[in-house]
Amino acid sequence: MGWMRRVAGVILVGLVGAACSSAPAPRGATAPPPPRAALRLPASPLTPDQQILHVLSRLGYGPRPGDVERVRATGLALYLERQLDPRRIPDPALEAALAAYPVLGLGTAELVRDYPLPPPAVRQRVASGEMSRRELMEMYPAERRPAVVAAQLQAARVTRAVMSERQLEEVMVDFWFNHFNVYAQKGAVRWMVPAYEREAIRPHALGRFRDLVLATARHPAMLFYLDNWVSTRADLVARGGPNAGRRLGLNENYARELLELHTLGVDGGYTQQDVMEVARCFTGWSIDRPQQGGGFVFRPLAHDPGVKRVLGQTIPAGGGQADGERVIDILVRHESTARFVSTKLARRFVGDDPPAALVERAAATFRRSDGDIRAVLAAIVTSPEFWSAEAYRAKIKTPLEVVASAVRALDGRLAPADGGDRGPAGGLALARAVGRLGEPLYEAQPPTGYPDRAEAWVNSGALLGRMNFALDLAHNRLPGVRVDVPAFLAGTDRSHPARVLDRLLAVVLHGEASPRTRAVLAAQLESPEITRITAYDRVAKDTDVEKLAALVLGSPEFQRR
Amino acid sequence: MDRGTRRSFMKGGALALLALGRPPRFLVRAALAETRPPRPKILIAVFQRGAVDGLSMIVPHGDPDYYAARSSIAIARPAPGSGGGAIDLDGFFGLHPALAPLRPAWDDRRLAVVHACGSPDTTRSHFDAQDYMESGTPGVKSTADGWLARGLAAMPAREPASPFRAVALGPILPRILRGEAGAVAMSSVADFDVKDGGVPMAGAPGARTGFESLYEQGVRDLLYGTGRETFEAVKMLKSAAPQRIAPANGAVYPRGRFGESLRQIAQLIKADVGLEIAFADVGGWDTHAGQGSDRGQLALRLREFAEGLAALDRDLGPRMSDVAVLTMSEFGRTVRENGNRGTDHGHATAMLVLGGAVKGGRVHGRWPGLGREQLFEGRDLAVTTDFRSLFTEIAVRHLGAPAGPLFPGWSAPGGAWPGVLA
Repeated sequence: MGWMRRVAGVILVGLVGAACSSAPAPRGATAPPPPRAALRLPASPLTPDQQILHVLSRLGYGPRPGDVERVRATGLALYLERQLDPRRIPDPALEAALAAYPVLGLGTAELVRDYPLPPPAVRQRVASGEMSRRELMEMYPAERRPAVVAAQLQAARVTRAVMSERQLEEVMVDFWFNHFNVYAQKGAVRWMVPAYEREAIRPHALGRFRDLVLATARHPAMLFYLDNWVSTRADLVARGGPNAGRRLGLNENYARELLELHTLGVDGGYTQQDVMEVARCFTGWSIDRPQQGGGFVFRPLAHDPGVKRVLGQTIPAGGGQADGERVIDILVRHESTARFVSTKLARRFVGDDPPAALVERAAATFRRSDGDIRAVLAAIVTSPEFWSAEAYRAKIKTPLEVVASAVRALDGRLAPADGGDRGPAGGLALARAVGRLGEPLYEAQPPTGYPDRAEAWVNSGALLGRMNFALDLAHNRLPGVRVDVPAFLAGTDRSHPARVLDRLLAVVLHGEASPRTRAVLAAQLESPEITRITAYDRVAKDTDVEKLAALVLGSPEFQRR
Repeated sequence: MDRGTRRSFMKGGALALLALGRPPRFLVRAALAETRPPRPKILIAVFQRGAVDGLSMIVPHGDPDYYAARSSIAIARPAPGSGGGAIDLDGFFGLHPALAPLRPAWDDRRLAVVHACGSPDTTRSHFDAQDYMESGTPGVKSTADGWLARGLAAMPAREPASPFRAVALGPILPRILRGEAGAVAMSSVADFDVKDGGVPMAGAPGARTGFESLYEQGVRDLLYGTGRETFEAVKMLKSAAPQRIAPANGAVYPRGRFGESLRQIAQLIKADVGLEIAFADVGGWDTHAGQGSDRGQLALRLREFAEGLAALDRDLGPRMSDVAVLTMSEFGRTVRENGNRGTDHGHATAMLVLGGAVKGGRVHGRWPGLGREQLFEGRDLAVTTDFRSLFTEIAVRHLGAPAGPLFPGWSAPGGAWPGVLA
């Protein structure tokens, strides 16, 4: 396993190559050697269970019932190693659930064909009244509209976050999608996003940074979103088509964001001249008929063939398509890129303002490993800063994180693929909930993607939204999402509210409720709303476990990870 | 709402909260409040996201270069009686015909236009330009807060304190209102509450009380602070019940999110919840292809925009004497139409100011002209009014904010503002 060796060379002590846990046993071999972790974790002031909770809520979307025990049995270091190597983790339940979302497997051209936009002529006839809306709906029914593509993709993302065993991979897909953001509502991007995530982001989520930059740079979704596909050398005049005779020219949009957001960072030491030179290098990187789902194409006539100078390095004339690749090589090996990417990773995994020493060490790993993302992650999760008391529960959950972690905490099931009935797929309702909380997935308009800092997510409306989501979830008011709070408290006597509360706090907050929260919830048990006298029995009390669960999920503690 | 009730409620709430951990931010400032007139001046900021074509919105029909540059999308010269042309304003400029609902406000001199207004930064990126217009620091991305938030934080606090001094309609608190001042983001006034959903029991407090208690006390942090502000706001909204206030004077808001946002802002104003700054945004202005002229894509958006503002104006009636509506957009669009009968990202655009204290019936700002040599970078309407000078005038003269914190490190050259306020 190459990555382990690279990681070892960089940060690990005592790697035993043969002991690599997830190596497949040779066919016919007798019992494989007992798994032994190669990752060395530093000492931590956290208790062993706190360490497990920390990992489950930082490298994943929070614990499901039983997860803490499972990780305890596996061993933390081994669990981490497996998460760092997701392709070896089987994930059959998720794969079955994703069958509810056929757009995931389709290519862009197929999506354009199967989920078309009514052509302008048809829209014109509707606008003029020549054709009724009803006729339009018959020709282009709602389930065949382009909006279905984004809806299924959103649902699939939340479903993955809830169900995937490859939790770290899901976290990293979310991280990189935001880093290399595209906006699903911009024109033809709507049909390109499934392929973008599937081909440009997911395969490299724990791979090499250069591969990510190159894959996104070449992908039609990025080329369209940041307009590089129409960027040409400054003196090009269109010879045919609707723009015949029109002077085309350089578009700096992608070049600017490549420097500012994808690699060097805004303070990474580039100038306006660098932006223009980078834009010149990428002229000709285009799309073969974007409205029909075409792929990457290099257009030599649109390419600026001259000499360019990027960040002090000369790119000789006549490089053609290779100019862009040269730029990417310069950028990914730049000192600023190592620091910028490491800072963002440390912010995601450690804290909104990560310690400088940690960032420096992660950046050193980035440089020495030539941008090996797994190695950088390993450096972060084996750092004392990651395991420090300051990092524990220091992050505010994003809307996606709060929704996914709540469903996981209550062991929610997403019908129908999972539950077997014919109802709506629960991912759709969860995706709408994430949107209502302010993070409609794939619909971040700016190239910055969604922010990863508390202040972006904490506001009055959003907080009420989180509480209302908790109530909807606990009371099974989300179509296709089933939680069974009473069953989940099996064995707890509902006529003893205090026992119900203890059990809920144990399984949802894992003992991390503040004394104040515990006291408030205990006081709630006196409320006639929570502890009701049932119609069947005028004596026995019955705890409203759904409402109590909702209060726990809406508590300040649950908003943290 | 009865003012006395609100005052005593807020005072009681303030005292109760001050006794606990960290009080909400608005109460800290209220504790330092000075006595001011009871009714606050109100700014309603409207962001046209996507870069509106100022040349179609406020048509320079007296500039022959306008018609030379736009063969298929220009708005025709005013031709009374025939329809379809611009609505003449002053012999040189005209309103897009879809803006007809704003004509009465212009005639009453309560609507002013600032043309060729925009950013000193030359970016043609929507994202950057919106960011700069909201942070108020063109060219500087690292600014943490928004200029309206800085203005609000620097304004003297009012008595009684209100969690509703600044409200944004929408699911995310926009950059322009992010900062120390604290602001409420809400998608809908009616939904701004804990939705219990269970079977209500007589006299039972429900889940809201439970959640409120959970956030009542705790460490001094953003989460608990926001939680406490939220429940103060929820309770105040409960007793003020703005959602029950129907549009007045026969005002009819257009369907859609923008009309809904403005309708709810009017409700908050009429409910006297202490609103001083409201924010709403409206998209759909990025007309790269098939922009249309007197009819079409852009005309539809402009009609909704104008109907919304006109309904707000009518609904608020005499309260408009305390209100200024300021519209903004990150940049304008190319003077020349492109090969797709649309326009690309440009530079300056037009901004509108509507309200009782407005020096209306005038197009303010110097017209730079549309001749080739007059254009910015040979293609765009040049900026002759820095958006910061317009925004400063409104914030300082209308809201009473100090100029200093609004746009740090910048002041209007020669102290000159556009002069849109009477």
